[in-house]
Amino acid sequence: MTGASPPEATVGASTIGLDANIVVGREDFELRAQVRVGPGEVLAVLGPNGAGKTTLLRALAGLLALREGHVEVGGARWDDPAANLFVPTTDRRVGLVFQDYRLFPHLSVLDNVAFAARARGARRGVARTGAAQVLERLGLDSLAARRPDQLSGGQAQRVALARALASEPAMVLLDEPLAALDARTRLEIRTELRRHLSAFAGPSIVVTHDPLEALVLADRILVLEEGRIAQTGTPSEVARRPVTEYVARLMGLNLYSGCLAGPGRIVLDGGGELRTATRSVEDLAEGSRVLAVLSPGAISLHLGELPQGSPRNVWTGTVSGVELLTDRVRVAVTGAPDALVDVTAAAVAELQLSPGQEVRLSAKATEVTAYPAP
Amino acid sequence: MMALDRGDRPGRRDRDLRITTRTPWPMMLPALVAVLFLLLPLAGLLVRAPWTDLPQLLSEPEAFQALRLSLVCATAATGLSLFFGIPLAWILARSRRPGISVLRALVTLPLVLPPVVGGVALLVALGRRGLVGRYLDEWFGYSLPFTTTAVILAETFVAMPFLVITVEGALRTANQGLEEAAATLGSKPFATFRRVTLPLIAPSLVAGSVLTWARALGEFGATITFAGNFPGTTQTMPLKIYLLIQNDPDAGIALSLVMLLVSVAALALLRDRWLSSGARL
Repeated sequence: MTGASPPEATVGASTIGLDANIVVGREDFELRAQVRVGPGEVLAVLGPNGAGKTTLLRALAGLLALREGHVEVGGARWDDPAANLFVPTTDRRVGLVFQDYRLFPHLSVLDNVAFAARARGARRGVARTGAAQVLERLGLDSLAARRPDQLSGGQAQRVALARALASEPAMVLLDEPLAALDARTRLEIRTELRRHLSAFAGPSIVVTHDPLEALVLADRILVLEEGRIAQTGTPSEVARRPVTEYVARLMGLNLYSGCLAGPGRIVLDGGGELRTATRSVEDLAEGSRVLAVLSPGAISLHLGELPQGSPRNVWTGTVSGVELLTDRVRVAVTGAPDALVDVTAAAVAELQLSPGQEVRLSAKATEVTAYPAP
Repeated sequence: MMALDRGDRPGRRDRDLRITTRTPWPMMLPALVAVLFLLLPLAGLLVRAPWTDLPQLLSEPEAFQALRLSLVCATAATGLSLFFGIPLAWILARSRRPGISVLRALVTLPLVLPPVVGGVALLVALGRRGLVGRYLDEWFGYSLPFTTTAVILAETFVAMPFLVITVEGALRTANQGLEEAAATLGSKPFATFRRVTLPLIAPSLVAGSVLTWARALGEFGATITFAGNFPGTTQTMPLKIYLLIQNDPDAGIALSLVMLLVSVAALALLRDRWLSSGARL
């Protein structure tokens, strides 16, 4: 098997956190990602379906062996193909909360939570006492006697987390923890989850495709696209300065890439240009690659004459789609550049917007945020 | 709405909105014959049974002896099948080694093999001059054929594949995600098997055991060939019935009735799985 000793000895010494360089390959898909998570830190892994998020978790949990790289948690090596070392899942102490919870259907909630202690050799009574304490701490003691099929989705999610935490993990991994819940329960559980994860001393990783979940739960966000890291940063960095189309869409922003051509002037790759008042790009040399974001709410639509004191960015385009959001209407415009524009429902009626219509767009230079491309 | 309900008589309580197809008569007639054919002999058994002499016939020491031997041997064969068959089923279901499908075909061969041939094969392998039996005899002075152990082995040989295929199917469809969850909670593979997998496949385990037991109980060909027909040691119910029906038909019918009763009981145990056309787990 392996020459590694189980990492039990390092459970308390969680000052190092997770350090992993993951290379996993299937025939048609390869995941390459450097992941570091500090002790007590919560990392959200955000990405579209098929980006490799779950694969990343499985590699960390030892359900999938690395092809190259390493996984180290709390200073203990768990996987290192170069050194021919692989610690099996059983000995890793990962608290993995699966997307479908995977509670044992034949065991009560109490016995589900006591499972880890039993597996490590504790007597039934001792294990149950410990499990009861965990359930009480998480406010779930009233569910102790129930079977998993008698739980609501939210309850099952809570029990799954309790079971993972009760196993005294060195690291907590959550795979789309809220995906299967309805909107109201999701809100409730998200708040709880935030609290429980902050209380956990080791590194935690939450995999999600919901940007809000990532923004609320995480200290840091890692965006994964097609098996590669597209961006990492704090939630506000990622939300304000997305570097890929995918993240920009998630955050509801128009993202443009281009070259700096003079002070505050960006020539866009897709045609057209934008003026920006962002100071941070003033120091960049002419010709530097930059990204610029523009909120759909910061763009105005006009049919005829532009208002006086006209803003610095004005261009024309054709309406290609109109979509009703909860409190506003999002208009897709093709032009140089393309743009999503948010207007009020009243404005749509007033302007009689419909696909194929020519419109003028305008945005203030102060609304265009530019930053160096990575 | 009722117009859609063509196949059903009007006024039925459950107003099923599906268009139920009428059974065409070329299907109906043979099906009726099949039902009659299957049930008539059993009805005959009930009609012809010597009800008045039944208590006396069944209290014959030899009849009782045969019944007891049958029950003991079938139960022992089921035990052996469980002990060796579950691990075998697990390997057939989970191993990805090449040759597994060939192995599966080989170990389930007794399902289709004529039991008499199985008995002959057992004799050739384990008989006093057999491949392995020779050494049993030379080294330990032990001869297997014509003993109660031989009955148990013959029944196990014929019945174990029923358990293996039932359990293998269950293991194949069992949720392996739960085993992964157990591993993340620190459970070693065998402990996971015991604490998670086995309870999950319990319904199939019961079904497989009942099938195996019923098959072992009715075993005739392999038993008479490998173990012979000695009252008290190897004469099980089927053998006894076969013998009786030639000399004392009433007694033979009485014992057959007992076997029918046992079979009905076994079927009742399986009813949830089989009679409800697989709707429930």
